[in-house]
Amino acid sequence: MKTFAELGFPGRLIAVEGLDGSGKSTQIYLLKRWLELQGLKVFFSEWNSSTLVKNATSKGKKRELLSPTTFSLIHATDFADRYERQLVPLLRAGYIVLCDRYIFTAFARDTVRGCPAEWVRGIYNFAALPDLVFFFKASLETSLQRILDGRPQLKYFEAGMDLRLSTDPYESFRIFQGRILEQYLAMSADFKFLVMDANQPIEAQQNIVRDLVAAKVDLAKFALNKTVQS
Amino acid sequence: MKNARHLAAKKNRRCIVPRNKPRRFYGQGVPGVDLTKLAGKLIVVEGADGSGRSTQIARLVEWLEGSGHATVQVGLKRSTLVSEELDQAQQGNILSRTTLSLFYATDFADQLENIILPGLRAGFMVLADRYIYTLMVRDMVRGIDLAWLKNLYGIALVPDAVFYLNVPPEELVLRNFSKNHSLDFWESGMDLGLSRDMFDSFLQYQARVALKFKELQGTYGFTMVDGRQSPEEINGELRRRIESVLEA
Repeated sequence: MKTFAELGFPGRLIAVEGLDGSGKSTQIYLLKRWLELQGLKVFFSEWNSSTLVKNATSKGKKRELLSPTTFSLIHATDFADRYERQLVPLLRAGYIVLCDRYIFTAFARDTVRGCPAEWVRGIYNFAALPDLVFFFKASLETSLQRILDGRPQLKYFEAGMDLRLSTDPYESFRIFQGRILEQYLAMSADFKFLVMDANQPIEAQQNIVRDLVAAKVDLAKFALNKTVQS
Repeated sequence: MKNARHLAAKKNRRCIVPRNKPRRFYGQGVPGVDLTKLAGKLIVVEGADGSGRSTQIARLVEWLEGSGHATVQVGLKRSTLVSEELDQAQQGNILSRTTLSLFYATDFADQLENIILPGLRAGFMVLADRYIYTLMVRDMVRGIDLAWLKNLYGIALVPDAVFYLNVPPEELVLRNFSKNHSLDFWESGMDLGLSRDMFDSFLQYQARVALKFKELQGTYGFTMVDGRQSPEEINGELRRRIESVLEA
């Protein structure tokens, strides 16, 4: 698998990965603000799935119809839809595209559910790799605390209840998140994750993120007043 | 004809009890399946629209049930999970090729886990009106990589028999006209832009599909059946082959 830069796309894709509660969304939001305020062509890919795929996914989830295999496939369908309709056109048009989660979320989650790792990776190999992946590594306890402090209503699949790890959704969520963290760490080197210490203050992390982005992406090329030559 | 079948049923009161044969998936399969527990048989009928698949399957069901075998049927786009959405997607032609491909794979996986495998576990004869091969061929014709498809459909169970009803495109056109009075957008491969003329596109598309099926035959070894024979002749051939599967 190659990155968008290696494939000759004019755009660049930057992804953040990490557990819920690792602070990754905050960091990518701050990165977006910084890039925007410099007048760069930046696009934060907030995903609205096409109605069709969304309907099928939410039906499957509500009625708890999904097995590990269909869970994996329906999310791959959703990702492909997003990839082909949104990400590729933006990257062709020369945007810096920011993604809160990318294929690695699926790799970790589906493998924990028992799908063979090579099968899952094989399915997603139609997608190019991000040019930069930040992995926000917080201790499991910190992430859990941030999520569970509010005693949120955990959804069935979100808590990994389908894995029958525990009948208590909170306990199930803890075990599930722990396993996902293990999977992330195991693939970190393979996919050249830029590992961030998510226990640091927000500003300290953002400084590192900005430095790395500036070092690896020729930001001047992405000024809004420039058009892409194809 | 019907009388003859009834006589045959009377004569052979004893039902053949199929033996459990070792099974495998094409690839890694789906998690959590005990392959030694699948007592039934999986029989697949492949072929283009108008090749006579549904006629043949209806006859096989009657014959199998007459011989004391319980049956269950599956087919493309029949899953609880995504069939409605797939139908809508086709109406509008709005999903791009990888998305549509994965959507179909989801539909297949849902039926595999909820109908095919439970059916086989319960000792049923599972009759599949098309299987992964049609899905693969449609994608191959649209430029999707074969290695990618093989990995994706590594979840599929290897059937006990696969029949491909082979009918040349020129003949298929006539059968489609007499059945539906018109050609279907997808069966004519209109999304590929081969020709703006639907008749021309149908012929080109079906020829490409047939070619890809032949390509897959090497790997998956289906039984090619001459679909130009009479329905009775075809059914006789299918029964003979299924009988040998049941007696093996």
